[in-house]
Amino acid sequence: MLQDFILVLPEEVLSTGALLLMLAAAWAGDRSAALLTWLSILLLAVAAFLLPGLGFGPAGAGGSAFFGLFAADAFAAFSKIVIYGAAAVSLVAAMGWFGRDRDYRAEYPVLILFAAVGMGMMVSASDLITLYVGLELQSLSAYVLASFQRSDARSAEAGLKYFVLGALASGILLYGISLLYGFSGTTQFGGISAALGDGVSTGELFGIVFVLAGLAFKVSAVPFHMWTPDVYEGAPTPVTAFFASAPKVAAMALLARVSVDALGPATEAWRQIVIFAALASTVLGGVAAIGQKNIKRLLAYSSINNVGFALVGLAAAGQAGVASVLFYMSVYVVMTLGAFLVVLRMRDANDQPVETIASLAGLSRTRPLLALAMAMFMFSLAGIPPLFGFVPKFMVFTAAVEANLTWLAAVAIATSVIGAYYYIMIVKLMYFDEPAPAFAATREPVGTGLILLSALFVSPLGYLAWGSLDAATQTAAWSLFHPF
Amino acid sequence: MMQGFPILSAILALPLLGALACLLTGPRGARWIALVTTLATLLLCIGLWAAYRVGGPQWQFTEYQPVFGRFAWALGIDGIALMLIVLTAFLMPICIAASWTAIEKRVPEFMANFLLMETLMLGVFCAQDLYLFYIFFEAGLIPMYLIIGIWGGKDRIYAAYKFFLYTLLGSVLMLVAMLWMVNFAHTTFIPDLMATDFPPEAQTWLWLAFFASFAVKMPMWPVHTWLPDAHVQAPTAGSVILAGVLLKMGGYGFVRFSLPMFPEASAQLIWIIFALSMIAVVYTSLVALVQQDMKKLIAYSSVAHMAFVTIGLFAFNRQGIEGGLVVMLSHGLVSGALFLCVGVVYDRLHSREIAVYGGLSNNMPYYALLFMVFTMASVGLPGTSGFVGEFLSLVGAYAINSWVAAVATTGIILGAAYMLYLYWRIAFGAARTPDAAAMLDLSGRELAILAPIAAAVLWMGVYPESFLAPMRADVGLLLARIERAAPQGDAQPTAGTPAPVAPAHGAEAHH
Repeated sequence: MLQDFILVLPEEVLSTGALLLMLAAAWAGDRSAALLTWLSILLLAVAAFLLPGLGFGPAGAGGSAFFGLFAADAFAAFSKIVIYGAAAVSLVAAMGWFGRDRDYRAEYPVLILFAAVGMGMMVSASDLITLYVGLELQSLSAYVLASFQRSDARSAEAGLKYFVLGALASGILLYGISLLYGFSGTTQFGGISAALGDGVSTGELFGIVFVLAGLAFKVSAVPFHMWTPDVYEGAPTPVTAFFASAPKVAAMALLARVSVDALGPATEAWRQIVIFAALASTVLGGVAAIGQKNIKRLLAYSSINNVGFALVGLAAAGQAGVASVLFYMSVYVVMTLGAFLVVLRMRDANDQPVETIASLAGLSRTRPLLALAMAMFMFSLAGIPPLFGFVPKFMVFTAAVEANLTWLAAVAIATSVIGAYYYIMIVKLMYFDEPAPAFAATREPVGTGLILLSALFVSPLGYLAWGSLDAATQTAAWSLFHPF
Repeated sequence: MMQGFPILSAILALPLLGALACLLTGPRGARWIALVTTLATLLLCIGLWAAYRVGGPQWQFTEYQPVFGRFAWALGIDGIALMLIVLTAFLMPICIAASWTAIEKRVPEFMANFLLMETLMLGVFCAQDLYLFYIFFEAGLIPMYLIIGIWGGKDRIYAAYKFFLYTLLGSVLMLVAMLWMVNFAHTTFIPDLMATDFPPEAQTWLWLAFFASFAVKMPMWPVHTWLPDAHVQAPTAGSVILAGVLLKMGGYGFVRFSLPMFPEASAQLIWIIFALSMIAVVYTSLVALVQQDMKKLIAYSSVAHMAFVTIGLFAFNRQGIEGGLVVMLSHGLVSGALFLCVGVVYDRLHSREIAVYGGLSNNMPYYALLFMVFTMASVGLPGTSGFVGEFLSLVGAYAINSWVAAVATTGIILGAAYMLYLYWRIAFGAARTPDAAAMLDLSGRELAILAPIAAAVLWMGVYPESFLAPMRADVGLLLARIERAAPQGDAQPTAGTPAPVAPAHGAEAHH
């Protein structure tokens, strides 16, 4: 039993830490917000250090905890590092952004911490109940975060919209879970996998479809994507940055684990669904983005587009496929957060945030370095070599080709050209057009440093990290196929 | 001599460092840095040419560093790559000098983009690893997109988009084919892949995927439409690089990948190449004939000339392949020079309309002379580089398909028509506008830009052996690789059955 508690040390640290910080927030009020944010980042770092499955720390190589409810393996560890990192970055971003309007509040870091616990549970879930609890913990925090700017009607609307549609998705997911439980007699992934091993019954198939539909909502894959642009647009920008990064990784990792560990024997059944969602996402994410006027909506479609490519890797199944999904998501997080950090800098002369794409016009003349960073993120998201964003696409397509899905790789890569159109449109605005009014100057050294780091990562220098990232994702994927 | 020194890496690194340095200085500094960097690169490349051992190993100056996860920093060149590298390095300082005064805004960024472009273009020819090649090949889109879009003409944005998306769509399919090939052959090393026998049924698909990329890059009819737009809108130096080097990547791709890796598919689908090339030669020549815009005319003529390259390369014999390669080199020089000639008058009158010029031989005699040399080279006059390549290419084509040769030959006639018509309208007669009559002849800088190209054009026309020698062995290896699939030519000279000669009585009698 003690071993079980050691295996969930990161979650314990984050949960108790978040509760204590909530007390502190209630006691000290919003003046303590900055301090609490830094403490939260510290907690995330400590939790990352305590992760089992990394080979060091008290829990060693990891294992399965609480009678198979919770898996603390290398797969979970890798995902959690990415998630905690993304959460920490969005905390820093939020502090600077809300701080300028003097409406940063102390609940913010606490909510992010709870979301991080939920996401940790999601990627570690090896039981449908754990899955659901983790997902809801993350979602509830997210609903509150979306409506964090209470004075802003759009923010409140975004929160409500997210909540209603999220509840619907949870319902669909729960229905699928109940079907899977009813037809296989267990909620544990291993048990479901065994039950599916002797053929997939109609009831089980329905269960699979509903579970995947619920999860597709969380990764915002087409056709369950419609909440994404509205919520991204309405939520405060740092919250949008958070939504586009960590929860996407968590949901995608969860989807991978469910597909492999629970639904492994039914691969042929879910592969069709995943392929459809993948191609629909890459196409719609590309086409719908073209007419957007709001940069946050554009990035929402960009995330739909990118999720589609990650799903191509998942469709490949197998260890290489899962590894490519992890690779894709970890690079995607850096590119997206980098782009959002630049968007957070978009403020007009009165220091009011601006969100129109047109306001980026001529940025290369008013803020050359910011424009260069943004251009790198855009080319990288479009997957143009020599930027590092090419590599995750390369990895997913390699996985697809190795899984004899060459046609899928060919179609998906052709749709990537659609996406390239609007990414280079941003570059066109920044470099070819006459300057719009310049953005207000900012003095946020931490944010600048983060933009610089992300830009360096997506630059060709990132290729030097290819080997180690490849090895890490392979190890993580290996652990998924070799449960304890 | 140069054992151990990674000269290819040095050649790639030099312009990159220059690009960074350009960004840190003002306009004046950037111009000089760019010029010095490109000259130094040219010097290194001339050293490379001198050190290249003709008749030595196929791949020379090889480097291999497995620094990336899935592929290696593998460099190495054969004679074909060497010639294209020298061409690139030769054109770059000329481009910089041509932009000296023509580019006024954002000079450091322009020079940095150009130097970055040089690294990427040279990288394409140096790469010995499949994925490394792809990265260099594809990465060139970014600086070229910026060059067209920032410093281009009126419709530059449309042209930049078209260039970017057209070429991107072509090359992504090639990437899927590459993934498949690596999955099949378990290597990314190009020399190994060139020796791999892919199953013929797969070859067809792979060939088509590579064709999609190279045909757009070449460009071949009907996917050539991005080229006139890009050329017209790009600044002069951008057009030179586009015509001089970027188009050669398509031809290089055919020689390096399509032919040696998929010989069966190349033979099987040869009709696509021939059909498209024949249409291109005739159609784009006719289109060129009616152009009112000088740059557009030369752009269409490029498409026609590139068709000679494809016809030659797919002739499956030595004359054809060597001819195709020489056309590539020659066209790189000639079309680059023609765009520079347009740039010279454009800088003076800011118009590309043929109608506003005329009678330039009166007030610009040196210009008219050099322009004539390049016009003749473009027409393919013996003694110029154009003749050597096109002649060899047609000889090769005749051996395999006399119809192709016949139709392609009309391209030479049409080429003479549109080029001479252009030259007549520009240089002879009376000036059509007072501005044109008042233009000054070439400045020292412009002379220094055009004269070396003219010298090279004549050198290649009079003594092509200098350029053919390094490539000969590589063409031989290529031929050995593809001969098993070579289709039979339709011109089969057969020995006749001559009537027995009647005994010559008279001869005996006179003895």
